[in-house]
Amino acid sequence: MAESATPIVEIKGVSKVFRLQDQTIHALSDANLSINKGEFICLIGASGCGKSTLLRIMAGFDQPSSGEALMWGRPIAGPDPSRGMVFQDYALFPWLSVRANIGFGPASRGLGAAEVKQIVDKFIDLVGLAKFANAYPHQLSGGMKQRVAIARVLANDAELVLMDEPFGALDAMTRERLQDELLDIWERTKLTVVFVTHAVEEAILLANRVVVMTPGPGRIESDNALDLARPRDVASPEFNAIRRVLSAKLHSHHGKKAA
Amino acid sequence: MAIADTGPVPAAAPAAVLPRAATRTTWARIKPTVLALIVPALLLAFWQVATTQQWTRLIPTPYAVGEYMVDFAVGGIYDDAYSATLTTHLLASMSRVYGGFALAAVFALPIGILIGRVPTARMLLDPFLQVMRPIPVTAWLPLSMILFGLGAKSAFALVCLGAFYPILLNTIFGVRSVDPKLFEAASMLGCRGNAQFYKVVLPAATPSIFTGLRLGLGLAWFVIVVGEMTGVPQGLGAVIMDGRTLSRTELVICGMIVIGLAGYLSDRVVVALGNYLLRWSPNHHG
Repeated sequence: MAESATPIVEIKGVSKVFRLQDQTIHALSDANLSINKGEFICLIGASGCGKSTLLRIMAGFDQPSSGEALMWGRPIAGPDPSRGMVFQDYALFPWLSVRANIGFGPASRGLGAAEVKQIVDKFIDLVGLAKFANAYPHQLSGGMKQRVAIARVLANDAELVLMDEPFGALDAMTRERLQDELLDIWERTKLTVVFVTHAVEEAILLANRVVVMTPGPGRIESDNALDLARPRDVASPEFNAIRRVLSAKLHSHHGKKAA
Repeated sequence: MAIADTGPVPAAAPAAVLPRAATRTTWARIKPTVLALIVPALLLAFWQVATTQQWTRLIPTPYAVGEYMVDFAVGGIYDDAYSATLTTHLLASMSRVYGGFALAAVFALPIGILIGRVPTARMLLDPFLQVMRPIPVTAWLPLSMILFGLGAKSAFALVCLGAFYPILLNTIFGVRSVDPKLFEAASMLGCRGNAQFYKVVLPAATPSIFTGLRLGLGLAWFVIVVGEMTGVPQGLGAVIMDGRTLSRTELVICGMIVIGLAGYLSDRVVVALGNYLLRWSPNHHG
């Protein structure tokens, strides 16, 4: 792992405990993670492993029960435009057109109409939705909605893009296309991406580091740097070798929980 | 375009078999109208049979009512106190319906937003309003006449009361049921605090608020007769009450038909407005 002055995100001994009636749920236990600018990190694990909790803590939607989450060395106190979230179910504003959804962030920052228009035009082109600029979300397919959600975050100058199983609800063809596009955008913009998924193949295709998490209590099992050349071929022996290793790590907790 | 994707949902239905396409489309176009007219036509036929067979002597025939309706509208047949007065009464009623409705909206919208968003306001007002709600407008008639006097003010108050609860309840529901994800989306895009109220809560609640306004306006027409039992000289409700007192059933039926049609047309205008304003909403095409 390359050493740089300050990591963009540092997670130090973060635990998250939820109380549901009289039950205590350890969603995340003593997680440590350091992310450098420009990395593409995938958090992978079965449901209940705390990957979404960790992402929500990075976004500032949830606060850690103990430990600290830092961005550029400062505690993450709440949601901020520098950290954009792409949700699995899009969370677009249904009453706004594609154009207005993408312009929502810039307009909220108080930019003038001309400036907002310029930004929107740029990102609407980037995600290839110029023809649908005036459509409403309900008129779009799932893949198009997710493109709007990505453009909305990029238009707001996010340095860190957090993605919570963003392609989980899409069909296989659309998913592949969006994966390619996301990589293309990442390579061109030098963004930092933290991407939550439960699909090993998706993680290996996208990430330069795959963080494997296991449930009960949710914790980080291992942090795996991938040095596969891009573009990656899912059918290659190298790809499959990595897939076998990661799958084994992913299921390592089963042995402990058996019987 | 970087990627071609599936387009928006196509609006057109699949084409019918070609040679019969013309007849099919004509039928498809008139079918809703034809179906809608069947029940009224059957009712009219039954009414005709019942009155000509003299199953009742107290209800005039459809023809007599129709003739009276013409006289009520333009005069020239009976030339009595009610000839050619339809417009006057209709306008009087409309002013009370829309005035009372507007007054109800002015109260119900802010109170509904308050109850929906502020827990203290909910605890303060909700139990009280839940107890008041089942009391019918008719029951308020005597108190309203004591409080607001005989005449138009009382009528306004009663219509307002009738329209108040549907607007209130739908507003509360609308502002309470905003998808929590939208607040998170807004806050990570830099829209926080009070700005979220205008940029998230209000737009997200508009379909519910609109439904409340539509139901409220319908109820305003529904309670107009009670509202005009307060001793107002003009209005469709007043005409119906006069018709009852004078045993002029044809006058009563004419008043009923005009209220029905006016309420219906008023609703169609509101629905058309809603379809335009809420064109972004997938489940709001009435």
